Amino acid sequence: MSTTIDTLRFATAGSVDDGKSTLVGRLLHDSKSVLADQLEAVEQASLSRGKDAPDLALLTDGLRAEREQGITIDVAYRYFATARRRFILADTPGHVQYTRNMVTGASTAELAIILVDARNGVVEQTRRHAAVAALLRVPHVVLAVNKMDLVGYERAGFERIVADFTAQTAELGLPEVTAIPVSALVGDNVVDRSTHMDWYGGPALLEFLESVPVAADPADAPARFPVQYVIRHGDIRHYAGQLVSGSLRVGDRVTVHPSGETSEITAIDVLGTEVRAAHAPQSIGVRLADQRDVSRGDMITAGPEAPVLTQDVTAAVCHLADRPLRVGDRVLLRHATRTVKAIVRDLAGAARLTANDLGRITLRSAEPLPLDAYAVSRRTGAFILIDPADGATLTAGMVEFG
Amino acid sequence: MSTFTLSHLDALESEAVHIFREVAGEFERPVILFSGGKDSIVMLHLALKAFAPAAIPFSLLHVDTGHNFPEVLEYRDRVVTAHGLRLHVASVQDYIDRGVLRERPDGTRNPLQTVPLTEKIQSEKFDAVFGGGRRDEEKARAKERVFSLRDEFSQWDPRRQRPELWNLYNGRHAPGEHVRVFPLSNWTELDVWQYIAREDIDLPQIYFAHHREVFQRGGMWLTAGEWGGPRDGESVAKRQVRYRTVGDMSCTGAVDSDADSIEKVIAEIAASRLTERGATRADDKLSEAAMEDRKREGYF
Repeated sequence: MSTTIDTLRFATAGSVDDGKSTLVGRLLHDSKSVLADQLEAVEQASLSRGKDAPDLALLTDGLRAEREQGITIDVAYRYFATARRRFILADTPGHVQYTRNMVTGASTAELAIILVDARNGVVEQTRRHAAVAALLRVPHVVLAVNKMDLVGYERAGFERIVADFTAQTAELGLPEVTAIPVSALVGDNVVDRSTHMDWYGGPALLEFLESVPVAADPADAPARFPVQYVIRHGDIRHYAGQLVSGSLRVGDRVTVHPSGETSEITAIDVLGTEVRAAHAPQSIGVRLADQRDVSRGDMITAGPEAPVLTQDVTAAVCHLADRPLRVGDRVLLRHATRTVKAIVRDLAGAARLTANDLGRITLRSAEPLPLDAYAVSRRTGAFILIDPADGATLTAGMVEFG
Repeated sequence: MSTFTLSHLDALESEAVHIFREVAGEFERPVILFSGGKDSIVMLHLALKAFAPAAIPFSLLHVDTGHNFPEVLEYRDRVVTAHGLRLHVASVQDYIDRGVLRERPDGTRNPLQTVPLTEKIQSEKFDAVFGGGRRDEEKARAKERVFSLRDEFSQWDPRRQRPELWNLYNGRHAPGEHVRVFPLSNWTELDVWQYIAREDIDLPQIYFAHHREVFQRGGMWLTAGEWGGPRDGESVAKRQVRYRTVGDMSCTGAVDSDADSIEKVIAEIAASRLTERGATRADDKLSEAAMEDRKREGYF
């Protein structure tokens, strides 16, 4: 999650046949991000499938099985740019069994597009996508009501779906939702404003993506610096890592977690340049006043807002793996640069979580972890659970207190 | 409230350095795949910055097809000496000489790289292998993780990839398995060139416009040479060209270009209507899923 003002990372989610791949293909095509050889390949592939118009979904469905089945299996990342902004798109499949892919895409996204079919309105999967966006704290959500051409471009239908969505997701704690009526197939309100829907006065989708404010990292956020690696050069130790939140300055008093030892920053360098201050998300090297026993997995923090040091971890979770997670399971918990053993103590009363379940967890970790609430800091409030037997990624966790 | 923002190149650089340092912290024997192409050159530059003032805690691995551009080999050796690096070479020619691999009818050696690469990874017990692959290059690569687990045959199974969330890269692997790591996943071709310009990184001269004897095959300008070109009916002409990618001579095409400086190259790419692989890689045109098929078998 390297945030810049000139780059928007966003994710798409839709149910099967909502036309998500077509929407993404349209976005890429109409923003002139598809190059001639890619378009030629899509045209040929479409012809060989007996289609007379290029199937824009083939631009993103890259795997053989996806093309054969006409579905999107895995998260695909797309890169395009307009004169105003650069975009990194995580194109995530909508099938319920692939909810984990939306979680993956949303974890680094600053905006999520939730797609619904204007004929079907809000369905079970729409609620699920909204729940994932809320859980992962994606800062902006677009509700794209697609296939407006198939419902006569009618305002009443669009407004009914928006009202329905608002009502059904009211308790999720979603950020402000921007609803846009589109037809990906025809191109209405994707890149250019539609001429079929005079009643809609808002921006086309791409216009909105170009202008939505991206939150810059606040420089006065709590300083969090997980140590990745110790660079030894002569007698000097440089603690190397990425500053994931806030700022550090030469002279700052810092605390090293979990030991709780304190020290002072004597030097900071940003990839070869000595600086007085560094800010998230810079990758830096830090030197401390005394030779402390600091190593990978430790977290250096500064300022009054200290993380909560605890072995009792409570969190919202999305279970990702096909094997279930049960109360009593022994797992590895990966938080920032630290991996510790942990035991699943409770699953909010449930005996187990299966793939794509959203739930709540209580874990007991073998060592204390310096945690922030995910609502305050995505980078230091997030963790994953790993199966110690084969290393599989099991579960995504978002720390909650109280 | 004051805010701080990084330029997009600084953000990409910071992300790539974070990935290099994660690997240094989690693995025993990482290696950087180094072809002498621009992406691997940028990787090396980032690794040097990530561990300065100390040396890079990795060695380099070159998969040598035997059809190298001499300018690139010379560049490789110069860089290895300049930074005091250790270089491993996996040689396709050796495998052909020993009868383990057979030359393909079309003379292309790119698909032959997989076995020497895999066996070198196994024999040297490399547990993390950095590749310069970018997700913008190709539709199968668009689905690649930053940390991509491979079995002892180096195989990639796109349906069994680990979910990769936030910046929490999971590098756990069993003995015999290894992880391919792609620090440039989120870079585009243009980002790479803008970074090369900003950092003033030296490149092999074939990336810039020069005069060269070439012949046309499959819509591409290939360099005449011992590897098997030109054949009867293919005529050689001297043209002003440059390379957008550097790979095996037998399947890497040059493009007509007068871009003899980095600024002109950036302008040329920004205006290009072809992707770099579409313009220059015969091996990706074999089928709709040519790259996916090679990746499954262990290609980088």
